[in-house]
Amino acid sequence: MKLKSLAFVATAVLALTINLAAARAEDLKMAVTTSFANSGLAEVLLPKIKEDTGLNVQLLVVGTGQALALGAAGDVDAVLVHARAAEEKWLAEGNGTHRREIMYNDFIIVGPSADPAGAAKAEKATGALTAIAKAKAPFVSRGDDSGTHKMEQRLWKAAGIDPQGDWYRAVGQGMGAALNTAAGMNAYILADRASWLNFGNKADLKLVFEGDPVLFNQYAYLPVNPEKYPSVNADGAQRLEEWLVSDTAKQLINDYKIAGQTLFVFNAKAE
Amino acid sequence: MNSISLGLAEAWRLLITFDADLFEITALSLRVTLSATLVATLIGLPLGAWLAINRFRMRRVVIALLNALMGLPPVVVGLLVYVVFSRSGPLGVLGLLYTPTVMVIAQAIIITPIVTSIAHQAIRDLWADYHDLLISLNATRWQRIQALIWDGRRALMTAALAGFGRAIGEVGAVMIVGGNIDHATRILTTAIALETGKGEFGMALALGFILIGLAIAVNLAVHILSRTETGSRW
Amino acid sequence: MVTPILPLTLRDVELRRGGRRILGPLSLTVSGAGITVLMGPNGSGKTSLLRVMHGLERITRGTVDWQGGAQDVRARQAFVFQTPILMRRKVADCIAYPLHLDGVPRKAARARAAEMAAAVGLADALDKPSAVLSGGEKQKLALARALIRTPEVLFLDEPCANLDGRSTREIESILTRARDAGTRIVMSTHDLGQARRLADEVWFLYGGLLVETAASAAFFAAPRTAQAAAYLKGDLLP
Repeated sequence: MKLKSLAFVATAVLALTINLAAARAEDLKMAVTTSFANSGLAEVLLPKIKEDTGLNVQLLVVGTGQALALGAAGDVDAVLVHARAAEEKWLAEGNGTHRREIMYNDFIIVGPSADPAGAAKAEKATGALTAIAKAKAPFVSRGDDSGTHKMEQRLWKAAGIDPQGDWYRAVGQGMGAALNTAAGMNAYILADRASWLNFGNKADLKLVFEGDPVLFNQYAYLPVNPEKYPSVNADGAQRLEEWLVSDTAKQLINDYKIAGQTLFVFNAKAE
Repeated sequence: MNSISLGLAEAWRLLITFDADLFEITALSLRVTLSATLVATLIGLPLGAWLAINRFRMRRVVIALLNALMGLPPVVVGLLVYVVFSRSGPLGVLGLLYTPTVMVIAQAIIITPIVTSIAHQAIRDLWADYHDLLISLNATRWQRIQALIWDGRRALMTAALAGFGRAIGEVGAVMIVGGNIDHATRILTTAIALETGKGEFGMALALGFILIGLAIAVNLAVHILSRTETGSRW
Repeated sequence: MVTPILPLTLRDVELRRGGRRILGPLSLTVSGAGITVLMGPNGSGKTSLLRVMHGLERITRGTVDWQGGAQDVRARQAFVFQTPILMRRKVADCIAYPLHLDGVPRKAARARAAEMAAAVGLADALDKPSAVLSGGEKQKLALARALIRTPEVLFLDEPCANLDGRSTREIESILTRARDAGTRIVMSTHDLGQARRLADEVWFLYGGLLVETAASAAFFAAPRTAQAAAYLKGDLLP
């Protein structure tokens, strides 16, 4: 009986495998960050990509760290992330072929509408963080090694502050979960604009600081190295890259708005 | 504005408009979890029966191990399955990562210990009852297992349903190995996690209510089909 | 013709549990035809002896040999337990179960089960779940199940304990019919009247030992041992 059931399971698994392998010839898997997925831009781009290139792009929505890890393991065909230092290290390890900048958006500081720390009055992003730290106002950090988290750490460093204490809460979760926590605690948080605009549970939070150029957030497209993993859909990744830097993409990206606000600025250079 | 009433209203709207996406992820949830339950049952019932009627030296160790595995966090299972089926892992060549198949495998691993353990307890009690009779009637080992599984079928159904219940609500493992890919591996639980992350509590709750409804429907269907409540006390 | 499994020979059989002697040492032979009744006070080893003969106990010393050799002898015997062990099935399926084990087709097995049920007076109960039967009906079901393979030897452990007079009478009549059809019966009972009515031969057990074996008439007329005499008189034995 046990042998029989094992044989049955093995057969079932095999049948499913073959099935799926046949059905997925034109799929392309791309690991993207939660901030990109939460922006809603994907819903605009993906149908058009399918129409123009025939590629069924499947998004794996994870943090930057995990996105790069999935690429390094050959489990996706390309990654679209925003953490330059990590990207370059990843390329140096031979995980991808090259890095192509596509677009940027920006980070903002969100906080209680009353702004008890007075962060809105700061000139620079570092000044806003300094005000928050001085007031020991609650601050939620992603704490998950994501691109957003790395940006936050860079800003603290630039401000010369080592954030520690009861007021600083590292939640170790994605952007949405971190925003939920901030909403629950009525705390400050560094977020990408897209996630914030699309976030449905704003509670008493509002945008308190924006516009400092250091908050710009560059997205780059990195195809996974097909020499390392022959199973990678390198041809598809190439076609997707060509589309992402095309005029069609430029127009769609620059025109994408939430609540009347532009989220992304296309800045890919023709080669 | 109350999130719960919002969620109920949203759930109702999705249902009456027969939302195509909802139908797709619900069907996939059901397909993945029913398959995992089937696999876990095919392994767990005979294994539980075998553990109940055989005395061997490592039996206590195996049972203790099973009970310990019941508490295994799904995320750990997901990670292990990911490492095995990743392109860089030992079974990467199969190309199963981010498919419903690997979600079935992960869920089956999570619930097999539960199904086996509950089956073992049920069969052990029945075996205590039947032991002398089946020996006296000269039933073979396999005939004994058959009799115990058949006569204990209602308790074993409970075991399978317990497995189903844990698998249908599981999110940690399927998120990692399935990837929550829209139109490919998105199921109710991963969609709920996604909507929660977006702060869309109404939608997340709506999906949650549908998940609860689905679990209730499956349990009711099984009980009605097997006439547990109307039959005799077994 | 298949070799009969009788005679059954027990040689120097001893049964110990946790260092305590439960039964024996004793030697005996079961052969011929008729009904042997085991008698003796509680704890004298009646149940243990029946279980040893049927092969349900692992003996500490000695040998239990059936003429038919080791193969399949247990399928050609049957055992009726003091508390009936009933499977959680319908009466018909319970009775037919031994035939099912032998690979008899379902339809034929059910037909035979219906005959057996009629013979023990359970014809009306075929489709009931076994659990709803009364005590007497349960024991009759156990008997029908035991007899469905037409066993060469039938062991019964106090089959009528806790049953009323009517059920007892019905069961006794089933047993005498089985004996007349050629089944060798070995049974224990506390009921002196039942022993007188059924026994062709009596074995008297005391303290795990076989104290006296005698033809029924002789035993009840003049027991040879003091323990048996006292038991028959109704004295409480130490």
